[in-house]
Amino acid sequence: MSWTQLNLAVATPEIFLLVAALIVLLSDIFLNERNKSIAYGLTLAALAGTAYLLLQSAGQSPRPGFNGMFIADPLSQAAKFGMVIGVALMLVYGRSYARLRGIFRGELFALSLFALLGMMVMASGANFVTLYIGLELLSLSLYALVAMQRNNVHATEAAMKYFVLGALASGLLLYGMSMVYGATGALDIPTISQRITVHGANNLLAIFGLVFIVTGIGFKLGAVPFHMWVPDVYDGAPTLLTQLIGSAPKLAAFAFTFRLLAEALAGYKPDWSSMLTILAVLSLVVGNVAAIAQTRLKRMLAYSTISHMGFLLLGFMAGTRDGYAASFFYAMSYMLTAAASFGMIMLLSGKDFEADQIADFKGLAKRDPWFAAMMLIVMFSMAGIPVFVGFFAKFAVLKAVISTGAIWLAVLAVACSLIGAFYYLRVVKVMYFDEPENQAPIAAAPDSRILLSVNCLLLLLLGLLPDRLLTVLTEAVQRSMLP
Amino acid sequence: MTMQTIYLLIPLAPLLGALIAGLFGWAISRRAAHVVTIAGVGISFLLSAYVLKTLLSGGDSFNGSVYTWLTVAGLEFNVGFLVDRLSAMMMCVVTFVSLMVHVYTIGYMHEDPGYARFFSYISLFTFSMLMLVMSNNFVQLFFGWEAVGLVSYLLIGFWFKRPTAIFANMKAFLINRVGDFGFLLGIGLVLAHFGSLDYAEVFKAAPSVQEATITLFPGHAWSLMTVTCVLLFIGAMGKSAQFPLHVWLPDSMEGPTPISALIHAATMVTAGIFMVARMSPLFELSDAALNFILVIGSITALFMGLLGIIQNDIKRVVAYSTLSQLGYMTVALGASAYQAGVFHLMTHAFFKALLFLAAGSVIMGLHHDQDIRNMGGLRKYMPITWITSLIGSLALIGTPFLSGFYSKDSIIEAVHFSKLPAAGFAYFAVMAGVFVTAFYSFRMYFLVFHGKERFGKASHHGDHTDEEEATDHHHGLTPGQKPHESPWVITLPLVLLAIPSVIIGAVEIEPMLFGDFFSDAILISGNHEAMAKLGEVFRLHGGVTGMGTHAFITLPFWLALAGVALAWFFYLKRPDIPSAIRKAAGPLYSLMENKYYMDHLYINGFAAAGRGIGVIFWKLGDTILIDGLLVNGSAKVVEFGAGLVRRIQTGYLYHYAFAMIVGAIILLSWWLGGILPALR
Repeated sequence: MSWTQLNLAVATPEIFLLVAALIVLLSDIFLNERNKSIAYGLTLAALAGTAYLLLQSAGQSPRPGFNGMFIADPLSQAAKFGMVIGVALMLVYGRSYARLRGIFRGELFALSLFALLGMMVMASGANFVTLYIGLELLSLSLYALVAMQRNNVHATEAAMKYFVLGALASGLLLYGMSMVYGATGALDIPTISQRITVHGANNLLAIFGLVFIVTGIGFKLGAVPFHMWVPDVYDGAPTLLTQLIGSAPKLAAFAFTFRLLAEALAGYKPDWSSMLTILAVLSLVVGNVAAIAQTRLKRMLAYSTISHMGFLLLGFMAGTRDGYAASFFYAMSYMLTAAASFGMIMLLSGKDFEADQIADFKGLAKRDPWFAAMMLIVMFSMAGIPVFVGFFAKFAVLKAVISTGAIWLAVLAVACSLIGAFYYLRVVKVMYFDEPENQAPIAAAPDSRILLSVNCLLLLLLGLLPDRLLTVLTEAVQRSMLP
Repeated sequence: MTMQTIYLLIPLAPLLGALIAGLFGWAISRRAAHVVTIAGVGISFLLSAYVLKTLLSGGDSFNGSVYTWLTVAGLEFNVGFLVDRLSAMMMCVVTFVSLMVHVYTIGYMHEDPGYARFFSYISLFTFSMLMLVMSNNFVQLFFGWEAVGLVSYLLIGFWFKRPTAIFANMKAFLINRVGDFGFLLGIGLVLAHFGSLDYAEVFKAAPSVQEATITLFPGHAWSLMTVTCVLLFIGAMGKSAQFPLHVWLPDSMEGPTPISALIHAATMVTAGIFMVARMSPLFELSDAALNFILVIGSITALFMGLLGIIQNDIKRVVAYSTLSQLGYMTVALGASAYQAGVFHLMTHAFFKALLFLAAGSVIMGLHHDQDIRNMGGLRKYMPITWITSLIGSLALIGTPFLSGFYSKDSIIEAVHFSKLPAAGFAYFAVMAGVFVTAFYSFRMYFLVFHGKERFGKASHHGDHTDEEEATDHHHGLTPGQKPHESPWVITLPLVLLAIPSVIIGAVEIEPMLFGDFFSDAILISGNHEAMAKLGEVFRLHGGVTGMGTHAFITLPFWLALAGVALAWFFYLKRPDIPSAIRKAAGPLYSLMENKYYMDHLYINGFAAAGRGIGVIFWKLGDTILIDGLLVNGSAKVVEFGAGLVRRIQTGYLYHYAFAMIVGAIILLSWWLGGILPALR
């Protein structure tokens, strides 16, 4: 190992974010309750700075750093940019929500930034150790965040479940990584990949490891049968943190899966491809069917996440460049859609009141036609109705699936989306055809109003102009794949 | 500003106006609503005029896409513009008439509660129509086609509290669906056999498939071009209200008068004509399709005109006249005289919009009474309306030197020269149509503006609709009250439309029909020589003035004169004769009174049969099979599954952990089960 190969410059955004997170943490000590907005402003500035640094590196070819432990390639940079946006959306939508619930504190800001740092490391890990460190940084921050509202029974219960199951999943993942290490003798992703394809590895050991790695990935994405935590955590956590868990980490999980399966274990593509098919089919069926029975919006969205992750896995299953790109596009658009849906819940929530029941959206069209229309866009996009981005995400995935010849899988996915349309449209029906129970006008800060509207309109805009983003992401995948 | 920006601005300016007036109509004043929409359409008109001028002075036509929506399997869905002289001419007509109607609406709708909504709709219509005419591909054409249909639906039912209006808009919508079905099939055939939906590519490839056949029923090979063209034309029949899909147009008069002028006379209904002219490279390849068009057009031209004679609602008279004139345009298309058809489209747009707006002015003057039996002698009360109506009627019947004369005479002559088998019948129909047109036009004119003053009676006939429910107008004039001339926002468009109604024919006939005005847009194959012969005769007679003076010794002029004279004799001189004829010709009269029983056929025949089949499917298929077995069955399965998942989701941590481990073990045993034997 030599210092010349350290090449710290490739991690400039991460290093900047780390320093900024520490500054936020420190500054919080000197701020009293009324001045928390300063820390909040600093946090947003940190995000803006990170985004700026990421944009600086856009378009560059893959650059390794830290002696090959870390890689900044177009895929990771694009994913990171999406993550930064996801976290920023969470902070803006949740500002007054957090304030009203007494969690507008330094911990929220610092831990969010650390979680983001974890995600970014996950996206850029070129070594099992880096990947694992990123994952743990993200997970530990999230456990603590969910438990932040200490006097909230549901939140602490959710945090507990999340922590225990997460620890179990991490254990399995780590176990799987060690097996692969045993089979190949390497932790470094390019080396693993090369050893498997060129020299061949101990099959039994490697398959053992692969199954456990897939288990860990399944947990992170929330795919059936490793999904059990999703409804409880989504439902129990304060909506602000549900949004954090439900949006940006999906991008990190995508990149993580890409590194582990598409790069390191590319030699076992037929195996993991069929495993992912099983997970995807189960997720699609269980997620969509279970969502129908829910009356709580947050729970419904949790099950809908499971089904969406099924779609994301389908793109991976294809195992082609276009398949990965479709998955990436799916993760990106899902991040925006999920952020908007939880943002909408927070918009309607007040002090001591959570708009987390479907019934809370009754007659929204009469209370506030603009946001009813915005929610309509979100629901239509989730259901995959054309012109909205959700349609093109599903379309891209289906195209990739069909290109592999698995027509039955595409048919099944479409049938499941059809079931899914039922519960999304129910929300629309409730908004437009039911009488409002609550006549109070919506009280929300202008910043979250505007940003939420922009977010929703973006779902429409990306649906009208899907090609640009899809091309960028396809190119990123193309240029990041190992030769 | 580049030309591309201008092309973009032309449709987008009205769209912007429509959005502002439609989405924020509640927030802005009525004045603001009409200012923004009129500004949008005004900009659009000025730019269209500029584009036309550029093209006329030798500018290049434009064909290119602005935006690709998506690409599926190598097929691109583009938004693209084809701006040549044909579309530029249409753009000018559409935006000019639309602008006039916008201005007119300020006066006509000023008491209506849906003021901003109305402006939003007509601006949206302008946008849709522009998208239709400017399109360079079938997808966008279909978009515009459906969008104008939608706006037409919304506007016919504008007074949505009136059952008759709702019936009429539903009828228009359904009948158009029949046409659109054919249209869509036609587009499908084009896509299937050309692999492209771009006009230029399709037209280029068309001659190579002239001999191609397709088999619709085993054993019968049909010419591909014929089937495609007939299907496309069925779309035109729906939109341009050709027999037998014409029944929606008279009922569409339930809408406010400005839209009758804009949509149901001047622009939208001519979309079918425009489409066929645009597709001339396809239609030219099939004589069978052209014959079909000729027959349909001539039936419409003659028989719909006849119905105009017995109508008593002022707007319906004009509506039937529109049907008949659309028939003339269609006949021109069938005779391969596309130029003449489009030329008549243009002149007709001006004088028919004028007639409708004048009718609206009369209706306003009489406080929303539309029955011509309650009018008479309006000449001295509404002088501007009177003189412009007279000009419009004269143009319509083809008085020499007025615009309608040049276009209609050209059509008649073109049919005369056509060698298609159906041309003989068509020639008879259009010739007889001249007499009919003159008769019903001047029947209405005399009944409304001349003769005894019959308004201001206490009782009215109840067999026509009025607009009072929606607008709280009282109905008709009270005894002793006199009609009054309409305000300037109404008379100004009348005057502005009267000018082109008079001169546009004489000015434009030479370049449009016999020059190379449409040379880049319309293609006529060598064996259809109607247009060429027409040009020879035109030059023989000595051009524009020659054609006008020559008209006095031709049959159409004397037929028209006879029509006017007969109308004068029947309705001014001896008003007892028409009722005597009515009694004498009982069955014939009731045949016409019932519009040839077409509505009966549709409502009691097709619709009832459809309903019957529907009931069978509903009882048997829907209630028992689908609802009972599939919907409720699958809902039960889903419900059961959801319940199961719910039960599994116990909330206990160890259950969750257990599920994960079980999942991992199943995966593991599955794969190791496959691998272990292989290793052994």
